[in-house]
Amino acid sequence: AAAGLCPCRTLLARRGGALRALCGSVRGLAAGPETHFGFQTVTEEERREKIYQVFESVAKKYDVMNDSMTLGIHRVWKDILVHKMNPSPGTLLLDVAGGTGDIAFRFINYVRSVRERQLQRKLRHHQNLSWQEISESYQEDKSKSLGDSQVVVCDINKEMLKVGKQKAQHLGYSEGLSWVLGNAEELPFDDDMFDVYTIAFGIRNVTRIDLALQEAYRVLKPGGRFLCLEFSHVNNPLLSRLYDLYSFQVIPVLGEVIAGDWKSYQYLVESIRRFPPQEELKAMIEDAGFFKVDYQNLNSGIVAIHSGFKL
Amino acid sequence: GRARLSSSEPQARHGRSEEEEVEEEEGCYQLYPGHIPTSPLQKALLAAGSACMALHDPYRHDMVAVLGETTGCLALPNLRDKMKNHPEGYRILQERPRIRLSTLDMGRLQGLPDGTLGREYVRFLEDNKVSPDTRMPPKFVDDEELAYVIQRYREVHDLMHTLLGMPTNMLGEVVVKWFEAVQTGLPMCVLGAAFGPVRLSTRKLQVLATELVPWAIRSGRNASCILNIYYEQRWEQPVESLREEIGIFPPP
Repeated sequence: AAAGLCPCRTLLARRGGALRALCGSVRGLAAGPETHFGFQTVTEEERREKIYQVFESVAKKYDVMNDSMTLGIHRVWKDILVHKMNPSPGTLLLDVAGGTGDIAFRFINYVRSVRERQLQRKLRHHQNLSWQEISESYQEDKSKSLGDSQVVVCDINKEMLKVGKQKAQHLGYSEGLSWVLGNAEELPFDDDMFDVYTIAFGIRNVTRIDLALQEAYRVLKPGGRFLCLEFSHVNNPLLSRLYDLYSFQVIPVLGEVIAGDWKSYQYLVESIRRFPPQEELKAMIEDAGFFKVDYQNLNSGIVAIHSGFKL
Repeated sequence: GRARLSSSEPQARHGRSEEEEVEEEEGCYQLYPGHIPTSPLQKALLAAGSACMALHDPYRHDMVAVLGETTGCLALPNLRDKMKNHPEGYRILQERPRIRLSTLDMGRLQGLPDGTLGREYVRFLEDNKVSPDTRMPPKFVDDEELAYVIQRYREVHDLMHTLLGMPTNMLGEVVVKWFEAVQTGLPMCVLGAAFGPVRLSTRKLQVLATELVPWAIRSGRNASCILNIYYEQRWEQPVESLREEIGIFPPP
């Protein structure tokens, strides 16, 4: 019967275009501006709802899945992001879509180690002080192991924040960390507040990227830096084919086997294909008012870090 | 099934090649609700992955289900044909009955005399604290009728427990798997029967090997196809009479 139409190995290009609009028009015309959810066409409201559900569903297995899908390489990408940021003690970071806290914890670790090195240097210069004076200076510095650095983790999804808080507790992160429920398109913060704004693997899931970029600009202090870590487009044709094969054949299977959730991971690989490539994202960031916008490809463009400054 | 989309779409704005493996678009390839079309490579990966995960974590019943679906490509058509060639089985394929709490009249079944299929089935559900609604719907079977066959097999599983008189502990499940392996030929049952005992104590293994498994195999061989019985129409039938009719030997 239907077996003949079974698409087991169909190769199909499915993005944008009139044919999609046809499919989409079957779904409520009334409900508002159209956008994409992976390769489907949905309204903006539907998209927000579906993405919320995806992350609600994957939250508990988020970290395990990241490790499995990227074979642990995502950790290196995040390390590179924080190294690029090179925060000094006293930095106030806003990590948007920060969910399970990966960037926040790395930030804290980095700042702590910078602070320790600062203290060591200070000690070396003060070798002529008496024992008493040295131990007194310990008291002062002990309470500032982070040197007043702070990170605010903001995420729209309660489940992701919950997992993040549990992780923080489990790993022993307490000071300098705050968890806020908020929407990247409409941040609950005042203007000119933060030194750095990061969004790692989150901006792809935002429905109105332009609004998120505008909000990022608003909440950053003048001189503040915008950093975005996100899946991007691979230029190398051979690598691109291998990457596609891996993405579409292996990742949903991993999702089903590890998390019992094929569809969320199907969404994930589709959403990566839907996301603007490096140059286009750069233009969007510039449109939001940022200067000195640039990007750095990691692993031939599988991932890219975009950076911009508010002047 | 529905018409395929042609690949005549305009070049994607990112200028990427037209060739891209895409596995699902809702409403266009789904053969039944919950169907996820998969390529042969994905099925192979799923089979391997689900087998490993099911061994690693026996509580992942969804993995056992996925294993059954991805490896059943020979056994399922076989079962379907057996059903088609049998009058009662044929009726089941036509009418597609489902065993769920919403379709069962629990009150009536409980009121039936002891020893009847209905009464014993309800007793089994209560004693083992299970419900027929926890069976996973099929996702990876690429044929709508075969999807029903595997669904029917899953829903009839509890009735197998009742007819064989086996509880839902590890030992009982393994025995039922042996019976089902002989009956259906589903690789998932064969694997479950072979690897299930790994987690049993030596004492249980002994009982298993000397009494239970031989009995299960003999019964499985002797019995007619268990999917050919319209159980919903036989609630009043005494279990013993049904056993005799099917050809299941009395449990040890």
